[in-house]
Formats: sequence, structure tokens, C-alpha cells
Amino acid sequence: MNIQNKVVEASQVSVLDEMFSDIKPALTERQASYESSRCYYCYDAPCVKACPSDINIPSFIASIHNGDIEGAAETIYSENILGGSCSRVCPTEILCEQACVRNKEAECSPVLIGLLQRHATDNAQFADHPFERAPSTGKTIAVVGAGPAGLSCAHRLALLGHNVEIFEAQSKAGGLNEYGIAKYKLTDNFAQKEIDFILEVGGITLHTNKALGKDIHLEELTEKFDAVFLGIGLQGVRDLGIENEDKPGIYNAVDFISELRQAETADQLVVPEKSAVVIGAGNTAIDMACQLKRLGTEEVTLVYRRGTEDMSATKHEQQIAKDHEVRIKTWSRPEALLFDEDDKLTGIRFQKTETVDGKLIDTDEQFDVPCEAVFKAVGQTLTYPASEPTTPDSGSKITTAENFKTSIEKVYAGGDCTGVGEDLTVEAVQQGKLAAIAIDEQLKTEGN
Amino acid sequence: MADLSIDFVGIKSPNPFWLASAPPTDKAYNVERAFEAGWGGVVWKTLGEDPAAVNVSSRYSAIYDSYGEVSGFNNIELITDRSLEVNLREIEAVKKSWPDRALVVSLMVPCEEQAWKTIVKEVEKTGADGLELNFGCPHGMPERGMGAAVGQVPEYVEQVARWCKMYCKMPVIVKLTPNITDIRFPARAAKRGGADAVSLINTINSITGIDLDNMVARPIVDGKSTHGGYCGPAVKPIALSMTSEIARDPETMGLPISGIGGISNWRDAAEFISLGAGCVQVCTAAMIYGFRIVEEMKTGLANWMDSKGFETIEDFRGLAVPNTTDWKYLNMNYKVVASIDEDKCIGCGRCYIGCEDTSHQAIDLKPQADGTNKFEIIEEECVGCNLCQITCPVDDCITMERRDVGQPYMNWTQDPRNPHREVTEESTHEA
Repeated sequence: MNIQNKVVEASQVSVLDEMFSDIKPALTERQASYESSRCYYCYDAPCVKACPSDINIPSFIASIHNGDIEGAAETIYSENILGGSCSRVCPTEILCEQACVRNKEAECSPVLIGLLQRHATDNAQFADHPFERAPSTGKTIAVVGAGPAGLSCAHRLALLGHNVEIFEAQSKAGGLNEYGIAKYKLTDNFAQKEIDFILEVGGITLHTNKALGKDIHLEELTEKFDAVFLGIGLQGVRDLGIENEDKPGIYNAVDFISELRQAETADQLVVPEKSAVVIGAGNTAIDMACQLKRLGTEEVTLVYRRGTEDMSATKHEQQIAKDHEVRIKTWSRPEALLFDEDDKLTGIRFQKTETVDGKLIDTDEQFDVPCEAVFKAVGQTLTYPASEPTTPDSGSKITTAENFKTSIEKVYAGGDCTGVGEDLTVEAVQQGKLAAIAIDEQLKTEGN
Repeated sequence: MADLSIDFVGIKSPNPFWLASAPPTDKAYNVERAFEAGWGGVVWKTLGEDPAAVNVSSRYSAIYDSYGEVSGFNNIELITDRSLEVNLREIEAVKKSWPDRALVVSLMVPCEEQAWKTIVKEVEKTGADGLELNFGCPHGMPERGMGAAVGQVPEYVEQVARWCKMYCKMPVIVKLTPNITDIRFPARAAKRGGADAVSLINTINSITGIDLDNMVARPIVDGKSTHGGYCGPAVKPIALSMTSEIARDPETMGLPISGIGGISNWRDAAEFISLGAGCVQVCTAAMIYGFRIVEEMKTGLANWMDSKGFETIEDFRGLAVPNTTDWKYLNMNYKVVASIDEDKCIGCGRCYIGCEDTSHQAIDLKPQADGTNKFEIIEEECVGCNLCQITCPVDDCITMERRDVGQPYMNWTQDPRNPHREVTEESTHEA
């Protein structure tokens, strides 16, 4: 190992949890009451149009204001059964809250829709699962992948009276909610609690450690089940495209985050002590950089080849990075990894860039950033198992037609593995839900 | 700087802000604090015959606006629960210490001549500036034949007012109950009985809400409740209307009025004064925020008067009375329509859905290419009702624009569409 073990003292669960306390604490009842009163209860509301999962936002906020927390949660869950995690991980600043009409007034301050949604989903108390399943259809559908798309699809299918079997490659369900979201965004084992809630609906069987192309195959699934939904997410990580990327000291940000999310104590993690460089411009890059700061890395530099306005991480996310004292360096692309004579990573060389007529070109300037570790967060890719029947692939993702159908008979797909949307959790939930409805329609048609 | 001092039926006060007869004026300690804070006067909490009333626990309940602020307040407290003697002694002492402030004493005794004769003479000895007859208390006391039980019978009002004027030289203010069909009847009776002024409104019979877990109204006294008296900002519109009725009734026109009902700030006070009130009384706002609120009330009223060029309270008192009239004298030819300022519109759609669902379908929703909506008034359908303006959360986004330019004044009595048109002198009454 090139980087030193950063052993956090008294490294117990509580210490790790304390380091990753909720970045956006929940509203108190009083705050929620006040905030809910700010909603104008718009007609044909812009926030609803901006919500990828079609939640009736004014309605659930009115329910909160009228003291009907369960009613508010039901409104949310009726469109988005992962409303709890979405309330925590959604980039509301570019979705519902950006659309809020209160932005336009002198106060320029949207209703805190995300926090209100969390208030409802956190505090609703249901004696039983809030929704009842339709009478059994006798059909069974296979869902591959227990991430947001798969869970959403499975829940909706179960509601519509179908039985569902979920096949998950990992040992735990949840997908990115369990393995990929920054620890301070989903605290207190929320992903697993949410899964328990979703499965309460009944009719869903979860099989873990079942990877597509290894333990299960599409051919079997299509034979055995009435339909198949693929919500397998993205497994690969894009390379920087420079030499020596496979040497020690160079890591995938998603792998580190996954380890952090699964770590029980801080001493299970290998944390750079003095300095680390994160390369990328998305939310994963920001999450990575901020989590390193929280784990104690002194200097964390986030480097991006273009300017801040081009970053896919939202302004809000960029601010989180600044709040964590992450240094953000733009207009620089990685040129070479630097090693000492023992092949230990000592730093990384960057080439300064600029745009000329819209084209990104190199300047004649270079600089080195000394570091113990480099974390790559330049995007994830689909690694579709070669053993499986291919779907017409326009690029790197599964292509779906209308109604989330793939080119393979009976097989549907949704979430990050498809080319639809911008790979947001809330979009995956919506696609899973809509695919379930499409599958149901199709099965009904066939039944007649 | 505007002069806020008043002379109300001979009672002088450095400003028109008095504390109403209620818990804040229950005893010397409170009243001294009120005067220190700058209140122009107080009406001492209602005195009665000994033995003093006994109160229950608890006593108050409220309703709240969407921000959690009190908008309506309800109480089941009776008149003073301290002995007459203690109250009289304190009144005398306070008046001596604060000669420049108004100190009026509220009274409520059984409807018997001797009872009133006795108590008014006792109060007169204290040097108090005037009397206010509590004919309005709607809870508890009416069960004993006092308060609103008197105020609801104009003959009693007249009789008691007459006794009081007969047995003392102090100005007599009759406090009216709003729990009556037509406020003008007791007001006229008070005037006939010789009262110097009326004050209104007292509290309104009310139940603020029900505890749905225990199925009992609030406030709760050991699992039971009773209706209380409602006050606070929510009652102001009722009080203003009743004030205007008395101010413009030919029989009571000119009768001094002390305005009461939800007054919380200088603007509320200015509104009552514009409808003829010579002074105003405050209670709920002081109970919620403390006596210090009078400071902002005084500066606010003075600054507004300065901005309007009013030097004294009398300069604007009653100016809104002539503009408050019967429906039949409103101009049928007047026409306004709503106009939406597109630049200010935030796209909430409330104007549209309110008009579409419940009014005149006079707003057009135009979906735009970018997914937003544009709202346009359909002038032919717009009746100028103000609903869209009321529901719009943005200041000055929806305005009402005049469209009847050039048409003469024509009221309903003159309108050819009126099948019962009053063609004689009535038609020129208001114009």
C-alpha cells in the first residue's frame, strides 16, 4: 500500500457515524409546520412538473400542514415508494425546489420540499403497509437488480397483484442507496429500513448474491417468468486514459464509497493522511472529496478539466464541497501519475486547459499536485455480461423503446443501465414504476 | 409631528390607545406597568358587587393563522375576582399617580336602580375619569342576568344608562355586545338613556375549537367547556362594520364611539378612527405581546398622520363614514376588471383555479413551450370581483383597472333593470 493507514482513534461505530452525521438534518415538527405553511398550493404546480416521479407535492405539503402526516406519506409513496431515500438524495435544487414559484419572489427562497418530504416519510406511522395489493393475477415477474429501479418496479408489480422475484448481485439489496450514496446523505442504515418497508407489501421474494451472467441468465428467466425487468445499474468505472492507472494508490471513488458505506468501524478503511486528489466533476466526485475530508485527510483537491459551470455536480453540491474545505481546481486534465523509485505514488501532473471556439485544448502550462492517493470519479459505465443476449445498443447503455421494452421479448429495463434520463435515483424509481405498469398492461392484454 | 392627544367625552388622554376592560387592567400593578409603557388610558377591569366573582381554571383558548400566530382569542373569565374595596382603593391611588392618563372604570351590577346608584357613587369618589357599563360580557355573567343579558335588551340598556347619569357626574360609556341582530338598537337606547358614548364591540359568543381526542371544546375545565367571548384580529371586520352602522345611523350619528375589536397595530386603530371612533381600546394584542406594543402603535400612527398631513386625530376621524353606504347607493355603472402583470406573475395558478372552479371562468391558462403556464384575463367574462387579486400571493401582481370611463353615476334606485325602482327623491339621496 502506498498510502498510510489512517487509523481513527477510538474507531468505533459511533465515531464513524458521528463523522458522517446527517448533512441536512430533519425538520422539527414546528419547523415543518412553518415550512409547510409557505407552500402556495399551486394549481398545475411547477414543482410537480419538475418531479421525475410525479409526486403531488402541494397535496402532501397541505396534509403536513393539516397535521395528517400519514396522508402526506401516502401521497408521496403512491407515486414514489422510495420517497424516503429520494427526500435525502434528490438534487432538489435542480428539480422541485428549483421550480418552486417562491424562487421568483423578492424572497427568492423555495419551499424546502425535500425536507418536508423527509418529514412526512420519517414520521408517518402506519399500523400496516399503507397500500393493499390487488387480487392475485397468478403471474410472476423477475426483477434483476434490487436498486431503486428494481425495488420500485417490484413494489408496483406487487401492488398490481403480481408476484415478484428479485435477483440481486450483491449481498444486500438497495443498489446505490446501500453502496453508492455518500454516507452523510443516508444515515442510520436508512436504505435497509426502506427496503424492509417496501417488502412489507408482500408478494416479493428477494434473492441476493445472484449476478446476471453468472448465477442467473436471461434465457432461464424469460422462460420461467412472465416478464423480466432489468435494473442492473452501472458496474464499470471509466478510466482517466493515462498510464499506470492500475498501480497502487489509484482508486475508483465508487469502490471507496462502497467500502465506507459497508465499514462498521473507521479502522476498516484506508484513508490518505495528508493529501488526496479526486478527479471528476459529478456528485460522486464531490461525495468522495467530502467524505475524505470527514475521514481526516488534510488536503483534498478536486480537479476537473473544464470550469465549474460545466460540472455536472449541482451548485448546491459544489457548495457542500466548499463547506468541507475541498480545494476545487478547474481547467486541468490529468497528464501523468508520479511515482518515486519504490513505485510509490507521490503525486499527479496536470495539464492546464482552455476552450477555443468551444473546443477544449491544452495550454502550455503544467503543474503537479503531490498526493498519497488519486480517486477516479469520471463516470460509470454499464458492463453488460457477455454471456447474455445483447440488446440493440446505441452506445454504452441498454436501449429501451416505448414502455421500457428492450429488444428482447418479455424483457424490460429501467434505471441507470438504460440511456433514459440523467441517472438520478428519482428517475430510476419512476422508470421502475412505469415499467411495472407497462408490464401489467402487457400481461393483461395477453390474458385477454 | 402629529398630535395624538384626544378629548373623548371630556376625558383627556395623551394618545387614543386605551387598554380595554380585561385581565390587563385587573389591578394597580398591571395598570401602572401599562402607563409606564405609554398607554393613553385604561378601562379598569369590570367591578361588581361583593362578594367578588370566582373564576375557573383554565380560561383562554385561541385559533392560529398558518404561521402559528394568534388570530382569534377566546376567554371564559368573569369580571374582577377581587373585592370592590381593594379595587376602588387602587383606582384612586393610580389616578393620583397618573393624572394625565385616562382612567375609566367598568361596572356590572344587577339590573336594579339601588345597585347602580351605590356603585357609581363609590367609583366617583375615587376621582376616576368615567364609567363604562359592561353590557356585553357574553359568558357566565348573563346566566346571572348581567352583562350581555342586559345589552341584548335595549330597554334595559336605556334604563341603566339613565340611572348612571342620574347618580353621578362622570361621563358614561355604554359597552355594547355584538351578540345581537342589529347593533343600532342598543346604541340608540344608550343614547336615549343619556349615555355620553358607546364602546364596541365586546366579545362574541364563541367556541374556538374542539379537542377531537377528548371530544370537548376549548378551553377545557375538567373535561367540560362552555362558550367564551371571542376577540383578537379575527373579530376586527365585525367590529368595524358595527362601528360604521352606529356612525352613520341618523339616530346615533355623532354619538362618540370608543372602538374595540382586534386592534393590534396603528393601522387597525386608524381604521376605527376613520369610521368615527374617538379612541380605541386594545386587549388581545397586549395579552399576546405585552404592553410594549403601544410604542410602535404611537409612532406608526403619528408617522402615518404626518405623511397624510393630519395634525390631530380629529383631522381624520370619521372620514370613511360618508363612504360607507347602503348597497343600493353603489354606482351600478362602475366597472373594474382584473389585470395580471406578467412580469410579476410567479405562475402559482391560484387566480386561475379559483376563478375557473368557483367564479366566472374569466382567466385563461395558456401552457407555454417551456412547461410553464401563462395566465390572461378574459375581460368580457371578468366581473371585477377581486377574487384573483385576493388569492394572488404577489404584491401588486393583479390589479383592478377601471373600464367605465365616461359613464355617469347611477345607483340601483335609478337603474332601469330594477323592477322596484324608487323613482322619487330617494334616487338623489346619495349622489
